Amino acid sequence: MVSAVAVFTGIGVAAPNGLSTPVWWKATLNGESGIRPISRFDASRYPARLAGEVPGFDAAEHIPNRLLPQTDHMTRLALTAAQEAFDDADTDPAQLPEYAAGVVTASSAGGFEFGQRELEALWSKGGQYVSAYQSFAWFYAVNTGQISIRHGLRGPSGVLVTEQAGGLDAVAQARRRLRGGSRLIVTGGVDGAICPWGWTAQLAGGRLSLADDPTRAYLPFDAAARGYVPGEGGAILILEEAAAARARGARVYGELAGYAATFDAKSGSEQHLSGVPGLRRAVELALADAGLAPHDIDVVFADASGVPHLDRAEAEAITAVFGPRRVPVTAPKTMTGRLYAGGAALDLAAALLAIRDALIPPTVNITRLAEGLELDLVSTEPRPCPVRAALVLARGRGGFNAAAVVVGARPH
Amino acid sequence: MTQMTRMTLAELTTLLRECAGEDETVDLDGDVLDTPFADLNYDSLAVLQTVGRIEREYGVLLADDTVAEAATPRLLLQFVNAGLTEARTRPAQA
Amino acid sequence: MAITGIGVVAPGGVGTKEFWSLLTEGRTATRAISLFDATRFRSRIAAEADFDPHHEGLTPQEVRRMDRAAQFAVVAAREAVSDSGLEAAGALGAAGALGAAGPDPYRVGVTVGSAVGATTSLDTEYRVVSDGGAKWHVDYTYAVPHLFDHFVPSSFAAEVAWAVGAQGPASVVSTGCTSGLDAVGHAVELIREGSADIMVAGATDAPISPITVACFDAIKATSPRNDDPEHASRPFDRTRNGFVLGEGSALFVLEELSLAHRRGAHVYAEIVGFASRCNAYHMTGLRPDGREMAEAIRVALDEARLPVTAVDYINAHGSGTKQNDRHETAAFKRALGEHARATPISSIKSMVGHSLGAIGSLEIAASALAIEHGVVPPTANLHEPDPECDLDYTPLVAREQRVEVVLSVGSGFGGFQSAMVLAREGLERGTW
Repeated sequence: MVSAVAVFTGIGVAAPNGLSTPVWWKATLNGESGIRPISRFDASRYPARLAGEVPGFDAAEHIPNRLLPQTDHMTRLALTAAQEAFDDADTDPAQLPEYAAGVVTASSAGGFEFGQRELEALWSKGGQYVSAYQSFAWFYAVNTGQISIRHGLRGPSGVLVTEQAGGLDAVAQARRRLRGGSRLIVTGGVDGAICPWGWTAQLAGGRLSLADDPTRAYLPFDAAARGYVPGEGGAILILEEAAAARARGARVYGELAGYAATFDAKSGSEQHLSGVPGLRRAVELALADAGLAPHDIDVVFADASGVPHLDRAEAEAITAVFGPRRVPVTAPKTMTGRLYAGGAALDLAAALLAIRDALIPPTVNITRLAEGLELDLVSTEPRPCPVRAALVLARGRGGFNAAAVVVGARPH
Repeated sequence: MTQMTRMTLAELTTLLRECAGEDETVDLDGDVLDTPFADLNYDSLAVLQTVGRIEREYGVLLADDTVAEAATPRLLLQFVNAGLTEARTRPAQA
Repeated sequence: MAITGIGVVAPGGVGTKEFWSLLTEGRTATRAISLFDATRFRSRIAAEADFDPHHEGLTPQEVRRMDRAAQFAVVAAREAVSDSGLEAAGALGAAGALGAAGPDPYRVGVTVGSAVGATTSLDTEYRVVSDGGAKWHVDYTYAVPHLFDHFVPSSFAAEVAWAVGAQGPASVVSTGCTSGLDAVGHAVELIREGSADIMVAGATDAPISPITVACFDAIKATSPRNDDPEHASRPFDRTRNGFVLGEGSALFVLEELSLAHRRGAHVYAEIVGFASRCNAYHMTGLRPDGREMAEAIRVALDEARLPVTAVDYINAHGSGTKQNDRHETAAFKRALGEHARATPISSIKSMVGHSLGAIGSLEIAASALAIEHGVVPPTANLHEPDPECDLDYTPLVAREQRVEVVLSVGSGFGGFQSAMVLAREGLERGTW
């Protein structure tokens, strides 16, 4: 089954600029940003006060009442997106053979807000006040476990943590499971830690934008880049073995044609100074995995860190592979903020819909590229153009690089 | 901590709702005294979470096996109320 | 797929040798918690590692920035690489433990399993920024600079990759208490598919902190046998009353057997089969019939091309909760049939406690060493078998016997069930 082709047949989205795929995609093409002053807690006393929060999410509307006391906000978003993805794929996993369907999600910090409440109970009142649900509600495997239970998915499952690179790593792991004989894997990532304790941890990372103007806060590749704005949400995707998907007459968004992951040598080390940058290696390996050349790629969804030296490193990697301004580059995450484990999964969803609609979604708010960056950045307006193959890039703090190639459905 | 003398079914269902939510297909306000927790869609964690809350709010200490043995609201109330009686008659500790 | 290096940090001692002595002598490392004041908790016992990071060669900056679990992993990774003979290719230094003349760093990957990441550091730091839980709007100015690395535990894989000089695929696998098995299973897959030549893989957890003790107290999963910590972890015993928390790490060097042979490396064992399943049943509960674990075992043996009768030893999950030990016994019977009764089984958690995600890798280490030495480690503290656990759990005393094939299994919150098959190097495996 090594040759199994993995195709995307369902998309579920919980994004700061739209809950549900159609709402988010419309907003994305319109350049509508979901970055706003934080409403989930009083952020006035913190130096960073903007975030991408999923609007209009009423948990009671989407989540069974029994699950509410045992789930963090980000798990509720994940369960909502998973339900949408199943509805979109129009498939019922109960119809599949036993163990043929599983779940592989990316995670970064788990249910951090839930965890903060329990830490508060522990330290202000005592151990006996800690919830019976704490043992799993905050932990990294929670979304995979809860999605598995809710949809009866008993096949091989997993959880990967590589900070923002996780969305791609999870989807690649899902493809491995299909190659191992599974028929359907629920994958992607939904994340979020917009609570005072999570915010404090993110501030400590030193890369948050401290700007107060939502249109000037997160400006990857811009001369005025000053860090990133975090957000919550992401996407849950249904990945199916192509023949099985075809057999049931599924609508196919596209295929996961290539993927690779690398790790950077420690900054400043001899290997770091002399070697090929990890992101460039990941891109080249992913293209090779897809059997495509650079000129086959119609758009690059950038990791778009927003931190000047990381933007430069990414731009250089893209230029090294494709040539200066030779491929359209976009970062719709300028409308959502960086979503950690959810970020690259949402970019994959955007890449699939760009293929479907022959429209590259825009990067917003960028007015002047930083000096020396030779990128053809798709800014302000969506760009109509046939998209046969898209490259999605993601980097996780510490040196994790991942690259994925998605292509339109190929006739077999 | 309030020392209460007796727990009622209404108080129990209120705590169950708060601690573990409520299944949409179950009427907790109906005659559920002898309905197994499992049929109310409460698993052992739900009962554990509720028992923890009862222990704190009612100042009663329940045995480890309570959750396994109290299969219905009536049985759980019996354990709790027996514990409350015992707590009331026990001499105060310094 | 060969295991050519093993590194261990475990309760009872740092290093593979100490670990194996503890297991084969049937000694227990469970004791009253000393890492923090546990007076007010229900379960106040744990299997703690006596670990001094400075003594183990970590620099002051490494000690400052790393959670205890990351420290364990780095120390275990260095031992594993050194043990594999790879270090001999070059000097330790900026290029990492793999050395300047070692394997192509782009072809070396890292996978670290962890169930709870840097929870212990997060617990400590939360207490400070919240001023003892007094403030919901915690004071960010009191945060340590490396808090973000505790926030997202992928930092563990980064630390290990830096320590050994790996630049291939790196990740943290976090599937609760099967993380240790799943991380190694993942690494094997990356080598097989050609994404790496060598993987430094395993797992780590250092969960003995107030919040973790409290969360297991809340579900009464841990043993409250506080008056007798040395004998508190009693898997399969009638009197067991929960698991005893542990900590530690085991990392391995994994490579294709052909590569190991080419460079003349010692091979402890081969990993010949792996499978995982989910129960889709409950976040903490187990289906009594053990069907998903049985299925994982069946598929792992199938991948190994071995009949059930080939299994010489089962390294059990054996956590010592009432539920787990019965579930597992049912799974063994379901998967192995009559052979389950003829096979020695043991739980090393009786001696080193349950280190959540790390334990799966410690159990792989024990399984590989069982093959290496021809010894089945015992289940300590097993005096009165639970009538519902009616298999041979190797009570109290290790057994010298032929061990060519080991089945190691794990079960985790979230519903994960995993099984791995290890075999003696070069064991003939059929096309039966």
